[in-house]
Amino acid sequence: MSGTLLIRNPGTAHRKVSRHREAFTIPLMISAVFLLYAAAATGDAGSPDAVTTDAPAYGDAIVIGSIADARTLVPILASDGPSSEVCGMVFNGLVKYDKRVRIVGDLAESWEILDGGLTIIFHLRKNVRWHDGAPFTARDVEFTYKKLMDPKVKTPYSGDFERVKALEVVDDHTVKVLYKEPFSPSLSSWGMPMMPEHLLKNEDLNTTSFGRKPVGTGPYKFKTWKTGEKIELTANDDYFEGRPYINRFIYRIIPDDATMFLELQTQGVDWTGLSPLQYTRQTDNEFFRSHYAKFKYPSFGYTYMAYNLSDQKFRDIRVRQAINYAVNKQEIVDTIFFGLGRVITGPYMMDSWAYNKGVRPAAFDPAKARELLAQAGWRDANGDGWAEKDGSPFEFTLIVNQGNAERLRTAEMVQSYLKAIGIRMKIRVLEWSALINEFVNKRRFEAVLMGWFLSRDPDNYDIWHSSKTREGEFNFIGYNNPEVDKLLEEGRRTFDQAKRETIYHKVHEIVYADQPTLFLYSAETLPIVSSRFKNIEVSPIGIGYNFIKWYVPKSEQRYR
Amino acid sequence: MIRYIGKRLIGLVPVFLGITLISFFVIHLAPGKPTDIQTSLNPKVSYEARMRLEKLYGLDKPIGVQYMGWLKRFATFNFGRSYIDDRPVSQKIAERIPVTILINALALILIFAIGIPLGVISAVRRGTLPDRLATVFVFTGFSTPEFWLALLLMSFFGISLGWLPISGIKSLDFEYFNLPVKMLDVARHLILPVAIAAFGSLAGISRYMRSSMIGIIHQDYIRTARAKGLKEPDVIYRHALKNAMLPVITIIGLSIPGLIGGSVIFESIFAIPGMGRLFYESVMARDYPTIMGVLSIGAILTLVGNLIADIAYSYADPRIRVIKEE
Amino acid sequence: MVREFLNNKMAVAGFVFITIILAFAIFAPAIAPYNPSSIDAKNILAAPSGAHIFGTDTLGRDIFSRIVYGSRISLSIGFIAVGIAVVIGVFFGSIAGYYGGRADSIIMRFVDIMLCFPTFFLILAVIAILEPSIFNIMVVIGATGWMGVARLVRAEVLTLKERDYVTASRIMGASNIWIIVRHLIPNAIGPVMVSATLGIGGAILTESALSFLGIGVQPPTPSWGNILMDGKSTLGVAWWLTIFPGVFIFLTVLAYNLLSEGLRDLFEPRLRK
Repeated sequence: MSGTLLIRNPGTAHRKVSRHREAFTIPLMISAVFLLYAAAATGDAGSPDAVTTDAPAYGDAIVIGSIADARTLVPILASDGPSSEVCGMVFNGLVKYDKRVRIVGDLAESWEILDGGLTIIFHLRKNVRWHDGAPFTARDVEFTYKKLMDPKVKTPYSGDFERVKALEVVDDHTVKVLYKEPFSPSLSSWGMPMMPEHLLKNEDLNTTSFGRKPVGTGPYKFKTWKTGEKIELTANDDYFEGRPYINRFIYRIIPDDATMFLELQTQGVDWTGLSPLQYTRQTDNEFFRSHYAKFKYPSFGYTYMAYNLSDQKFRDIRVRQAINYAVNKQEIVDTIFFGLGRVITGPYMMDSWAYNKGVRPAAFDPAKARELLAQAGWRDANGDGWAEKDGSPFEFTLIVNQGNAERLRTAEMVQSYLKAIGIRMKIRVLEWSALINEFVNKRRFEAVLMGWFLSRDPDNYDIWHSSKTREGEFNFIGYNNPEVDKLLEEGRRTFDQAKRETIYHKVHEIVYADQPTLFLYSAETLPIVSSRFKNIEVSPIGIGYNFIKWYVPKSEQRYR
Repeated sequence: MIRYIGKRLIGLVPVFLGITLISFFVIHLAPGKPTDIQTSLNPKVSYEARMRLEKLYGLDKPIGVQYMGWLKRFATFNFGRSYIDDRPVSQKIAERIPVTILINALALILIFAIGIPLGVISAVRRGTLPDRLATVFVFTGFSTPEFWLALLLMSFFGISLGWLPISGIKSLDFEYFNLPVKMLDVARHLILPVAIAAFGSLAGISRYMRSSMIGIIHQDYIRTARAKGLKEPDVIYRHALKNAMLPVITIIGLSIPGLIGGSVIFESIFAIPGMGRLFYESVMARDYPTIMGVLSIGAILTLVGNLIADIAYSYADPRIRVIKEE
Repeated sequence: MVREFLNNKMAVAGFVFITIILAFAIFAPAIAPYNPSSIDAKNILAAPSGAHIFGTDTLGRDIFSRIVYGSRISLSIGFIAVGIAVVIGVFFGSIAGYYGGRADSIIMRFVDIMLCFPTFFLILAVIAILEPSIFNIMVVIGATGWMGVARLVRAEVLTLKERDYVTASRIMGASNIWIIVRHLIPNAIGPVMVSATLGIGGAILTESALSFLGIGVQPPTPSWGNILMDGKSTLGVAWWLTIFPGVFIFLTVLAYNLLSEGLRDLFEPRLRK
């Protein structure tokens, strides 16, 4: 553009130079004028040319780097990360979360909550079309609900919908959902992606080819899936929120993290997640600074060490408190996560309204820990470095799943802190499903290092309520506190956010005081994106929520 | 000839059954069920939902029944459906086989192209510098952890020099290329993986070639040829080499399982969508049908490789051919 | 014979190196300057220096000490896995070779079947399905690596059993087992040793491959394979984590391979000048 003016004219001017000295001056003056114009044009904001080069432009593609391939693109069957991510671009739910973590409409324009939560009426958007042109209607909602509840469909998401008493199609754009009892997480459960009835009504969802060629209402349409290599989506021109700027969404599968990092270094990947080490040390150079932008936001979960509360050793609350004082959680965050995480004290996301900021973490105090242990009867009588009670030393095994380097290092650090107060902790690494099925579910463990991924709604009845202790359920530590039980029941029955906040704050306080598990930390999620993408804004729900508004200025586009 | 092949094929049947039995046995060492990955760590998945999933997968039937069912379906190459995404296992394997075969075939060609000459040089110039160098070279390949070498070379060729693509088997805009460009693209992507795969296995072929050659060189008919006044290159290449190569053909068959097995590491590092990676993912997800399918297909590929090598050997070795025809 | 061996400079070099590594393993507590498990949170990923000649890892542990102790793990996996393979292989091979007939057919069929499987696939499947403990790793590598030894032993026994001293023993009333154990096996040892030394190198490489996939020896126990894994995720920032363990693995496996070649030259008379 302006650059070409610069190149051409001095060239043509010089060709005439050798002949006539007088003739030289005119082309020189012309080129000088052009040069000046070019200089002005490529200057900063104010001038018209600069604005047009940076304005939102359609085009380009984004290459997402993923360690694993998706499994299925039938949204209610998708339970793994990659499948959900791709489905998130192809489908919409009735509602979604905005950047301030509030529920806003997606396919539903508005809704009414009646009878204290027993009834929800959704008013759906009109003029939304499926990618094949058919209109989206309330019948699609009814169909999706029926499939969620169909026992023959292998969906893991039926739990939330079991509380629905009935679902009625009032008209093409109105759906009425009746609940058996008020259930406050119900609204957020309607973030579930909607499926097209007209395409799937005669299909077996488990085996349908739709899972490899989905049709949704979302901002991107499915184009191709080369197994193990990539999934490609193209922009939906008729998307109801406006066509996304970026033409193509390419999900590239690179199973090894070292290779992924090398690909970043050759710009083969535009968007991927970084480990804390990569974030702080490996991307701290000229190349990365000029080509990429790094972001961070709190992840949607936390890591903890759970005690088997039926084990003799951990029954005494003083032992659990001692361990709480003995482990320097901040140092763990600083060492393993390079400070990219926070110490937590309760079972909620730290930035959620449910988290009780008044509950402060206990100080790192090994002396106090030893004192508490002694009070509980554990003393190092024979000077061998290990605390004993009735002649036997304090020993236990912590089980961890393999495949998570940071979690393993956390275990190693905890081991070293406990050694300092005389507790001997052994680490046993198990393959994930063996860990869950043979040890956790069957309660054959002393302590286990795990993490929870939480949903946006803070109701965690399933984890802490004393009724959830059957094999395979999530209260596998055997926590039983009747006061907490009552609070959890109330919390999920009321829709009043202020009331729920008080309830959950109290739960947080009690649980921390009880120390049924050792709350450790919540790490940060660390995405890195090529700096040619503009309009990225970090929020508590991440960076992808406004993806359809990201764009690449024309001059920087790389792919067609 | 045909009779020979036929007899060999029949002899393979018990081997084949043994393969299916061992694969099945290996899988059922496992505690745990495939539904674990899907439903754990997500508090939103209820107990009822999990129990429902387990019944759906048929995991409540006794083992004997499961095995017989599988064997029956195997006959029609129906390995069942993957637990991960319910697609037919045969389809999943069919998607991945071409790439694996391509890379392994190319690697084999390279191994022979480089390994044989190296072995010959080592044999002919035994004890001298070329022999030493060749030995060290092939042993280096044999002794290096593959993924380590891969990462180092990727950094060097891919980043420092920028000559080769880092991973994958084609560029992102592959669909828009014309045919010659497409071929060049794939070739560029495959250079590093094939080279590294070959480098690791050179030692086997070249050392075997070396000892085979050395053995032949000392035999009488070679001395006779020399005595007759034939020129040295003639002696080596026309007489000795042909005979020395015969046993080496049998090694082809033995190299195949090694190459296929090694592909797990490879395909992860180079992001190649092949069978090795498929196997690894199925193992991690306890996807029994796919695990058994890949193990069996891998073993079958080896059987086929061995069979071809045997046939080639018996065809090439005039002694055997004559005996058979009598 | 010994002089012949000493002439092969590469094999000798290999032998010497292995002895050094063995010394590391046996005298680890004396050689390693630090406790390989002591975490030093303030000193993570430190470059090689006077205090830490090979630098420190992601938890501040001294890499040189971890490599020294790691030699114990890597070598013992090598020895025991190969030991298991040799025992199984000698057992099956000698029975097949000596008794012949039905037993031979069945055993060799079994060997053929096992040889068809991509070994690494089998190892992967079993380790991933059970747990990645050192014991399992040793047993599985051994249980999938005996076939070559079996074939070798069978071949040797086939040749040897026709020898005079064997016939003489039999006439004197020695039991079959005695003949196998006392006469045949010791004479078949040559090729088995060649195979075994190769196998040790292979077992060390297999362990590092398993660590690559995350199912090798698990930290905090140090093994060369898992130190290398730590290195993989610190590419570009901590070259010492990748280079040192990789070099040790390479040199040790190379040493075993050269040694095995040297042994082969010794035991195969055709190859003698």
